[in-house]
Amino acid sequence: MNIVVCAKRVPITQEVDLEIDQNGKDIKKDALPFTINEWDNYALEEAVRLKERLGGTVTAITVGDEEDEEVLRRAQAMGADRAIRVAPDGRALDAFGLSGILAQVIREIDFDLILTGVQAEDDNYGLIGIMLAEHLNLAHAAVVTAIEPEERTAKIKVELEGGLDEISRINLPALLTIQTGINEPRYVSVMAVRKARKKELEVRDINSLGLAPEELSPRIMTLEVYPPADTGGAVMLEGGPPRIAEEIIRIVRETGVNL
Amino acid sequence: MTDIFVVIEHRLGELREISLQMLTKADELGRKLSGRVTAVLLAGPEDGLDDEIAARADRLIVCRHDRLRNYDSDWSKELLSRIIADHQPFLTLIGHTPWGLDLAPALAVKTGRPLATDCLEITVTDGRPEVIRQIYGGKMFSRIAFQEAPGYLITVRPGAFPAEQIQRGPAEVVKVEVPADLAQSRREVIEYVDSSAGEVDITQAELLVSIGRGVGDEENIPLVRELADLMGGTLSCSRPVVDKHWLPKAHQVGTSGKSVKPKVYLALGISGAFQHLAGIGGAGLVLAVNKDEKAPIFRAADYGAVADLFEVVEALKEQLKG
Repeated sequence: MNIVVCAKRVPITQEVDLEIDQNGKDIKKDALPFTINEWDNYALEEAVRLKERLGGTVTAITVGDEEDEEVLRRAQAMGADRAIRVAPDGRALDAFGLSGILAQVIREIDFDLILTGVQAEDDNYGLIGIMLAEHLNLAHAAVVTAIEPEERTAKIKVELEGGLDEISRINLPALLTIQTGINEPRYVSVMAVRKARKKELEVRDINSLGLAPEELSPRIMTLEVYPPADTGGAVMLEGGPPRIAEEIIRIVRETGVNL
Repeated sequence: MTDIFVVIEHRLGELREISLQMLTKADELGRKLSGRVTAVLLAGPEDGLDDEIAARADRLIVCRHDRLRNYDSDWSKELLSRIIADHQPFLTLIGHTPWGLDLAPALAVKTGRPLATDCLEITVTDGRPEVIRQIYGGKMFSRIAFQEAPGYLITVRPGAFPAEQIQRGPAEVVKVEVPADLAQSRREVIEYVDSSAGEVDITQAELLVSIGRGVGDEENIPLVRELADLMGGTLSCSRPVVDKHWLPKAHQVGTSGKSVKPKVYLALGISGAFQHLAGIGGAGLVLAVNKDEKAPIFRAADYGAVADLFEVVEALKEQLKG
């Protein structure tokens, strides 16, 4: 089973104060640590597990600058056989352009399955995977939580709302967008990532892919980014933990719940 | 005529709430733009869905076939792209749901129309839509514009708009046949299963003590379970705890888990992703403890405390033990 995984490097924004950048269209990222998008990490783990069980290869692809190679090195440390970075040459791209680029690269690869994350933690669009499937005219499924490959098909589980799952059968080749929790991603040590740096990593220039300018021009654009209004939130309890606990007990008892 | 299309979502013969929410928003936009609201229904041979929709739209485009009883990935995309090509709507609204996530991006590529997903607000300025959405886990908002096109696609976040009783219709019904040349679907539904059944029923609890990513490690869960027992409450959790297999899915609160309605919801180390907040709308009172003062949970909670959850848990236990 030959599998392609698309992955993205994202800033870690939990438990930090975010600031708006100079042009007001994104946050300041220079001081933030980065990591692999959580959904993509699950997709990579799933690909590597399928390969370990069934044989075949895993190819990891990202579109980005040199520092984005970190996600590919991580993929190689996890077990990816091939790593490709497409350099965007400073171009502003939206999901339509990005999925078109990925499609162009993947057309030259022999694959049975493409896995991407359901969405990325930074912009939460959830577009790349399924757009890519359509560019390549592939059968697809979004929000997948289990994959069982068969002869020329795969049995999959799609997560719906309210605890309901759809079990379906999909023809291969196919593209599946992977939901968190599908597996337990392995621990990847800094040492292992460092060792992976010795492996081959292919870099492709966006201008060498034969895409017309209109295929790359953004369909949607951000006009502004702004923080939520401060008003309307919770009444904040002040003081140390004992004081907070005291207040919580008082408030809960006021509702009539017996403690 | 400015046409606003709403792609109706239904499951197992029932209209999904998101469909009514989108029809409400479409009604408002329709009035502002002096436009027409068209509901598009792909469904099985017989169900009672038409009547519910016909009162809320000016027009109902309906295509019925046994295969369309439930969402069909290939057929939905194919049929909707043909319907969009035939009718050229200005706006097409689709739910930002698991099915919408499978449909909308493919439809955008197929029709060449720009798409913005997970939208919380939609306005139209100078003949082009603009939307508001959340980014970075709900810590920031963004305002998005579209490149000029013959029409636009938008997926709408469930719960972003209310489902109101609106007065349109009775809708003019336009029947569409499944074209004879429609290729066989490449994805076949086998069955639907409920994966959230379990020993606990968090939907009936009066008090939920709920943990999120902030609990940090599986080893810490008994510490909070002990508090839940001491308070006479039930232990529940947000998605990351189930993803890591620290608690079974029966404990999960949120869109893909359960919607709950306790008198008190105590959220410990839960950041408050919208999928989680969607599950606690029925809670009487929400109390949140989180280390991150900018966590979105504090915008949904009645009371909040910026603190280490374990210190608060220990203090609560001490005081309750007296």
